[in-house]
Amino acid sequence: MAVPPEAASQAAHSQGSGSAGDAHKPLTQREGVVIRFAGDSGDGMQLVGTQFTSESALAGNDIATVPDFPAEIRAPAGTLAGVSSFQVNISSSEIFTAGDEPNVLVAMNPAALKANIGDLSPNAVIIADRESFTDANLKRAGYDSNPLTDHSLDKFQVFEVDVTKLTTLALHGLGLTNRQVVRCRNMFVLGLISWLYQRPIEATVSWLESRFKKTPEVLEANVRALKAGYNYGETTELFASGYKVPPAKIAPGVYRNITGNSATALGFTVAAQKAGRPLFLGSYPITPASDILHELSGYKNYNVYTFQAEDEIAGVCSAIGAAFGGAIAITTTSGPGVNLKAEAIGLAIKVELPLVITDVQRAGPSTGMPTKPEQADLLMALFGRHGEAPLPVIAAATPADCFECAYEAVRLAVKYMTPVILLTDGSLANGAEPWLLPDPDKFEPIKVEFRTDPNGFMPYARDEETLARPWAVPGTPGLMHRVGGLTGEHLTGNVSYSPSNHEMMIRLRARKIAGIAREVKPLEIFGDEQGGDLVVLGWGSTFGPIREAVKQLRAKGQKVSHIHLRYLNPLPKDLGEKLRRFKKVMVAEMNLGQLLKLVRADYLIDAIGCNKIQGRPFKVSELVSRITRALED
Amino acid sequence: MATALTRKDFTSDQEVRWCPGCGDYAILAAVQKVMPEFGIPPEKCVFISGIGCSSRFPYYMNTYGFHTIHGRAPAFASGLKIARPDLDVWVVTGDGDGLSIGGNHLIHVLRRNVDLNILLFNNRIYGLTKGQYSPTSERGKVTKSTPVGSIDFPFNPITVALGAHATFVARSVDVEQKHLGEMLKRAHAHRGTSFLEILQNCNIFNDGAFNDLTDKAIKADHQLVLEHGKPLVFGKNRDRGIRLNGLRPEVVALGNGVTEKDLLVHDETNLALAFLLGNFEPPMPTPIGVFYCESRPAYDAEAARQIENVTAKMGKGDLHKLLRGGDTWTVN
Repeated sequence: MAVPPEAASQAAHSQGSGSAGDAHKPLTQREGVVIRFAGDSGDGMQLVGTQFTSESALAGNDIATVPDFPAEIRAPAGTLAGVSSFQVNISSSEIFTAGDEPNVLVAMNPAALKANIGDLSPNAVIIADRESFTDANLKRAGYDSNPLTDHSLDKFQVFEVDVTKLTTLALHGLGLTNRQVVRCRNMFVLGLISWLYQRPIEATVSWLESRFKKTPEVLEANVRALKAGYNYGETTELFASGYKVPPAKIAPGVYRNITGNSATALGFTVAAQKAGRPLFLGSYPITPASDILHELSGYKNYNVYTFQAEDEIAGVCSAIGAAFGGAIAITTTSGPGVNLKAEAIGLAIKVELPLVITDVQRAGPSTGMPTKPEQADLLMALFGRHGEAPLPVIAAATPADCFECAYEAVRLAVKYMTPVILLTDGSLANGAEPWLLPDPDKFEPIKVEFRTDPNGFMPYARDEETLARPWAVPGTPGLMHRVGGLTGEHLTGNVSYSPSNHEMMIRLRARKIAGIAREVKPLEIFGDEQGGDLVVLGWGSTFGPIREAVKQLRAKGQKVSHIHLRYLNPLPKDLGEKLRRFKKVMVAEMNLGQLLKLVRADYLIDAIGCNKIQGRPFKVSELVSRITRALED
Repeated sequence: MATALTRKDFTSDQEVRWCPGCGDYAILAAVQKVMPEFGIPPEKCVFISGIGCSSRFPYYMNTYGFHTIHGRAPAFASGLKIARPDLDVWVVTGDGDGLSIGGNHLIHVLRRNVDLNILLFNNRIYGLTKGQYSPTSERGKVTKSTPVGSIDFPFNPITVALGAHATFVARSVDVEQKHLGEMLKRAHAHRGTSFLEILQNCNIFNDGAFNDLTDKAIKADHQLVLEHGKPLVFGKNRDRGIRLNGLRPEVVALGNGVTEKDLLVHDETNLALAFLLGNFEPPMPTPIGVFYCESRPAYDAEAARQIENVTAKMGKGDLHKLLRGGDTWTVN
């Protein structure tokens, strides 16, 4: 991450010199800051984080966010299990991650403090709601004494704020219930932090206006709480100065903030529109993939059909049925769902119909940690089917990259008449970053050409270049044919038990998938194009931390480079050769070494693993020290 | 259609490979006979099956066909029909495929009422895997996997379908060609999921399972042919009927003061009556015909309607607008 971890905290003592904005207090300039908002899952911390992110984006910063919420919808209030948090990294320079260690923690209760204190940077700022540190809440969080008074937080900058009382005072006279008042605490906090980092709050006010259109008294309360928090920051003696994080140098254009799941949904929708076909999603709700289903169900005027099936199997099977009928068919799930869909995916491979399976990976095995990310489904995606059943596998590197990857997955599926697995993960799904909006008029077209000519039609005749079979959909006169799971004869597809035919069909389909490598662009080496001491090879969501770590080491003069894979099958043709340019190859992934195994097996390269399986992304600092150690070995 | 369709138009060039004497031949013949009558060209028809003897069916129809995986045919068919409501989609399944491994998909397709025609061939045995008991096998059945008799209680396909709120539920018998043809026509005419159980003889592993319904000498005494609006009369001499005694049905002999006026009159729209008849087990006669038929919107039509309505309200999707959804900002 580009932000020195001491950022905000030390600034609390420095004399500010800035004078921009409406603030009357001095301003201190900062390159960036990592803020974590934490509270009970009912405290509205995700919302505060999201709005603060929007304000920061509008202020021109580079941003990256990561939410962290419990699987339980409403764990008992005040307990560690119920803590929900949202971390945002705002910066005046280019950033690749949501930050290793928060410089600022907003803790709405003792549990939120306890659950997050271990992650904070040295000398970090803690803003705590003093009133919530009651004996009962301290006990629920497992504190024997009050950390706000027992000096255990002396190495941090602690600001105690009576959030509940101040919010209540601000809303006095509105005739709200106690409960309604308490629900506005998050807006007070947002206002306060917005002042502290000099974010304009107009966007949040207009967002509140649209959200509470029908309940003017709730709108009034939220706006008042927001402004009260902002003004409190300005007038209280607590904070010596506000901070200014100047805009980052960002490529010009129109931006929006986007999560990986939203980007995935958009990529599929745009791909189907470009293909001129309806989009059919067959899916079963599963964390952390469900938001793709939610989002797509709102795109009906883009000819998007969403079918919430009775189970994971019906999700994929309905999609294959729709593909047989000529739709752009997709299914979305997470690891456990891919297991259940495996048999049907094998059928789609065998009958050769286009289909995209999205696996938003989560920590496994079994139910594991459903809201936490992992990359341990790679080998399942590649090999998790019976029989010889290869298919293309691609992985998205950042939240916005999910858009391109979803689009690419559809393009490959249709061009090669094959199911494709798209791998994302929980951190991409819910993490967000600014997205420079692409021009949909300039995308590579997705050509759908249904076979219509009955003359010489054979369902398993193949295109000479791609080896794809024709897509012949029901309703077309003269092309009636039957497909199925039984081994089919070359060309006709009729059931065949010929031994040589069986082997030929398996080899043909394998060649078809391997041939996709032809159109994979040469790999980009970030760093030393001609080779150097070490290259870190990654795939998927590890992109951000790897890139940042490599940047930091290169700034110190280390000959370290980064190669990141989008195509996991087939692997790019130039991968082996490019890896061999380096003295050492390190494969960093959130599993026990799955890509590592492939690299060693396919290229006989003695690569080193760098692995983490904690349901959390790599920290940049972790990678820096692992790479440093590898360089010294 | 320029020329009338014939049975030949629906017969594929593939050699039929069921065991000689299998009841499936009769069902195939009945289907190939009625399909031309619908006036729908073969290219608009799709047969989708799962796994099992019955599921070889699509190979023999000169339509589009999809032989899928075990138990999942209703899910494939649902996806196809939702994406392509213009097609005439049939599902062919069996007692193992539809009620065991695929039981979940069957009940859900029925409650959703996707406009499909489901033919469940019930031979009360696993044939393709060579003779294990099935979820419709009678209790105590001795098979390869139950050498001292099965101990699980069977499903009744009719009451399973009714319990899943199917909108069309009927039963016929493989060799009753005329009746079967009528039931196929009724099933096809119904909008929504039609569920037709076809009792089918497996002459290899469960021969004679339905003898009392197919043996010409005795079948009239065991079949209760359901006809909407008509009293429930059966027997070779049509001298017996079903009367309601309180809430319990009973068989009564006509005569001696008992007339047809005392008998239950079949009403396809009465769900309670359908359940009552669906639960008939020997020694009660076995009902065949339409148990239940109701009109309810079909899922595929509703899905299409939602897309039309939303598109009419919001306008056809514009990709530039789509990508700009939410807050945007401009960097100069």
